[in-house]
Amino acid sequence: MLEVRGLTKSYPSGGDSLTVVKDISFSLDAAASCAVVGPSGSGKTTLLGLCAGLDQPTSGEVRLDGVHLGALDEDGRARVRNEIVGFVFQTFQLLSTLTALENVMVPLELRGGNHVRDQAVELLKRVGLGERLTHYPAQLSGGEQQRVALARAFINRPKILFADEPTGNLDAETGGLVIENLFALNADAGTTLVLVTHDLELAKRAQRVIRLKGGAVVAEP
Amino acid sequence: MNTPARHSFGHLFSAWTWKMAWRDSRTSRKRLLLFSSSIILGIAALAAVGSLGVNLNRAIEEHAKTLLGADLVLNSREPFTPEEDELFRHIGGEQSREISFTTMVYFPRTGGTRLSIARALSGGFPYYGQLETEPAVAAAEFRKTNGGTLVEQTLLAQFDVKIGDEIRIGNLTSRVVARLNKIPGESVALSAIAPRVYFSMDDLERTGLLREGSLAQYRIYFKLPPGANVTELVNSLKPQFEKFRLHADTVEERKRELGRAMDNLYHFLNLVGFIALLLGGVGVASAIHVHVKQKLNTVAVLRCLGGSVAQAFSIYLAQGMALGAFGAVAGAALGVGIKMLIPKVLADFIPFSFQFHTSWFAIGRAMGLGFAICVMFALLPLLAVRRVSPLAAIRGSFETARVRRDPLRWLAGAFLAVGVLAFAFSQTRNWRIGLGFTIGLGLAFGALALTARLLTFAARHFVPGALPFSVRQGIASLHRPNNRTLLLLLSLGLGTFLMVSLYLVQKNLLTELISSGGKNQPNAVLFDIQPSQETALTNLIHSLKLPVLDEMPIITMRISSVNGRSVETLSGGGKGRDRHGWAFRREYRSTWSDHLRDGETIVVGKFFPAVTNDTGFIPVSLEQGIAKELGVGLGDEIIFDVQGVPVKTRVASLRTVEWRRIQPNFFVVFPRGSLDDAPAMHVLVTRVASSEESARMQREVVTAFPNISIIDLTLVLQTVDSILGKISFVVRFMAMFTVLTGLLVLVSALVTGRYQRVRESVLLRTLGASRGQILKILVVEYFALGFLAALTGILLAIFAAWALAALVFKVSFTVAALPLLIALLGVPAITVITGLLISRGILNHPPLAILRAEE
Repeated sequence: MLEVRGLTKSYPSGGDSLTVVKDISFSLDAAASCAVVGPSGSGKTTLLGLCAGLDQPTSGEVRLDGVHLGALDEDGRARVRNEIVGFVFQTFQLLSTLTALENVMVPLELRGGNHVRDQAVELLKRVGLGERLTHYPAQLSGGEQQRVALARAFINRPKILFADEPTGNLDAETGGLVIENLFALNADAGTTLVLVTHDLELAKRAQRVIRLKGGAVVAEP
Repeated sequence: MNTPARHSFGHLFSAWTWKMAWRDSRTSRKRLLLFSSSIILGIAALAAVGSLGVNLNRAIEEHAKTLLGADLVLNSREPFTPEEDELFRHIGGEQSREISFTTMVYFPRTGGTRLSIARALSGGFPYYGQLETEPAVAAAEFRKTNGGTLVEQTLLAQFDVKIGDEIRIGNLTSRVVARLNKIPGESVALSAIAPRVYFSMDDLERTGLLREGSLAQYRIYFKLPPGANVTELVNSLKPQFEKFRLHADTVEERKRELGRAMDNLYHFLNLVGFIALLLGGVGVASAIHVHVKQKLNTVAVLRCLGGSVAQAFSIYLAQGMALGAFGAVAGAALGVGIKMLIPKVLADFIPFSFQFHTSWFAIGRAMGLGFAICVMFALLPLLAVRRVSPLAAIRGSFETARVRRDPLRWLAGAFLAVGVLAFAFSQTRNWRIGLGFTIGLGLAFGALALTARLLTFAARHFVPGALPFSVRQGIASLHRPNNRTLLLLLSLGLGTFLMVSLYLVQKNLLTELISSGGKNQPNAVLFDIQPSQETALTNLIHSLKLPVLDEMPIITMRISSVNGRSVETLSGGGKGRDRHGWAFRREYRSTWSDHLRDGETIVVGKFFPAVTNDTGFIPVSLEQGIAKELGVGLGDEIIFDVQGVPVKTRVASLRTVEWRRIQPNFFVVFPRGSLDDAPAMHVLVTRVASSEESARMQREVVTAFPNISIIDLTLVLQTVDSILGKISFVVRFMAMFTVLTGLLVLVSALVTGRYQRVRESVLLRTLGASRGQILKILVVEYFALGFLAALTGILLAIFAAWALAALVFKVSFTVAALPLLIALLGVPAITVITGLLISRGILNHPPLAILRAEE
């Protein structure tokens, strides 16, 4: 499902170059789950961004569902994201001017879908927010916002879901509830899951853990 | 796969784009509407002026015949001859005659006297439209013998003259029988230059003013039978008209002339209104810039969710378009509301009254233009949306150094510049003026932008650490991220620039006139003096203890031939000559003199002070400009027809003349001894110390010599002041749209910056800053912005007014300090007051409440 080969990412820094991801290679099968762990600044989020086609690597390649992302232009990668990728962010990233329901509908609407309301309502009910459809993000708690984000991530039935510190802004109890939702949806849909986290307990729930340090893989059990 | 990538404009046809634009605007609609208000006034101005243009053209069509009052008018500088009378009989139709000349009119009851245009009328003119008088019946009654005089309102008001008062015109004593309000085809503004009085042709003889050599205009008005083709008639009679030196005026000709004049007026007003729209555009661009900055995260999330660049861009383009559409509709509505003001503002300049109808075409055009300007300006900041990386959704600080040198931004900027140039050209129909307008505007914007850059640089690098904290903090606000320094300098500076330039130009034109009558300069000219009156008048002037500064004869003449070629050939001949035909056909009022006057300088050749009785060519001096018009130079031979006598001359010198001096100036100066015996009128130049002395002198002269006319500088000044006042009122009225737009931009800029200011103020208050300190910080910031904007605007205005004075009006330039000081302090005062009004609430609530409310 996800194939990463010799992935390197450098940024110009002062007159120099700063390499934040160094020659990383791995692959994930469909429906597999993988946690990427490591200290702050180890390149976790950069790696996730590269895998999801949010950014272009300096060298190496990423294949998502067999599609070579480096061969696509920005809009091509956007189409791939819309078709097969789901996202969950640490800071939820709900659109503040849209209601919970509208936020969930957006990925399908971007495809040109018209009758997407029922699917969105169904997903929101599944994450326990059936009564909060018309609430704006500012009217929801952190946990509720992240559950809306989960519903949004799954609305387009993604083949792969990238979650960046999904519980980083939540207390343990709320975080636990979100994670339960995440894994339940993942199991039901057979989605491949790539999870960036500091939480080693959470990482253990994934089938595979990739440890990063200084931008390189240090161990992979 | 997903929807195929479509061009942004393609996405504008997707209902989802508009739905998303609507949803996305939920928390910012009020602010967006406020942003759109920047363009409302510009569109309103253009809509109202556009309606005026359409109405003027329609009115000119509708009132075509009343513009002339007749089907055909023939003018001559000389009394009509029997051959001409025969020609008029041949033309036929109803006829009416008028003899018009300048003279002093005198009101014995109040002692007032003023140079006016006297018109003796016979027949039924005007045949179309009417002389509007109060009482109305007088318009017919005055035509009878002893029927009285119609006097224009300006004169009545100036000397407090009442209906029934006595009026003297030369030797004619008559009664004022009505106030003259309107003459067909003539604008009220003309009355400021020379008020008009009408009386019966039967009474003309009794004025005793028309003698041989008197300057008068002879007119005959024709009302031709219905269906007569006037243009054809005029064309067929052209040779006779030229032979008799008759100038023909037809309705078509008048329509063309008036149409051109009204078009110029309309285009000028449009350009001034357009400046307001452009400034509004800058306001929109700035507001969209702030809006887009706040939406970058939303764009990044949309991109993460699979939205294409075009989809994201089209959402905000749709918002920009909606904003433009709202501004256009609101501007048009306001334009319809204020359109009634425009004819009132221009009343003195439009020589006919007309019904003002709403022109939907003009309003639609203004809306279209406003919408286009809004979208073009909005595009500049909107293009940043294309550069938002989806990565920004997971790394907020990711987008920093990437938005440099976007070729599309340059393209949009160039498109905008071309748009402005095209509009300027469409209004001026002249590439040079259109380009001048665009470059001038660009320079003004550029200078203000440069000042803003320098200001932010100086605020960052040169603020002494010893200054109090509040002052340093206030100044620091000028260069902090997301500062509104550039926008505020533009909006406030441009308004100041326009208003101060207008003021300076008007004042300098007046000052020039005042200074041209400096201490030793003549400031009163007496003319139409008969040779027999010369000595008595000189004695009278001396008895009034006034100096006779100069005396000169005026001899009227025409050109017969130049270098052996007749005037008929020269003026009607080749194409190149047609344009200068007037210079050959006109009547010349020349003089003879043995010296050059102040303001006259020989540029080439030799000035001959006197000649002995000689039968050869007389050496004359020509004014440089007329020599150019005639296409003659040194040594060329000109034969003048001096009231029937051919006088052979040779161009011996060319001179420059300062025409604006209050003294008689001449195109052709003959040497003493050449024309001493020719019939001449005389001119006497004197200097009066005060307006009282001038009034006394005028009264004495007019009572003793009713035929003598007087121009005094006070009157010229009043006239120019009154005309400039009327013109500058119109321009100021239009410039007000820009000033008000500047204020709206100020308000929206302060509103957009409010959130950041609130956060900072709250943080400072949390850290222990007092309300007074916060207030001081705000005042310092607003004052610095207002002061610098005013200073830049004033400096630009001084430069522009100097350029106009030196290059266009060719007058010396001075700056009055006090009004500029008022502007320099007034603009910052307005800025501070507006700023504090918008920032109210920041100081009056507990920090936490504000933080929650603003979140």
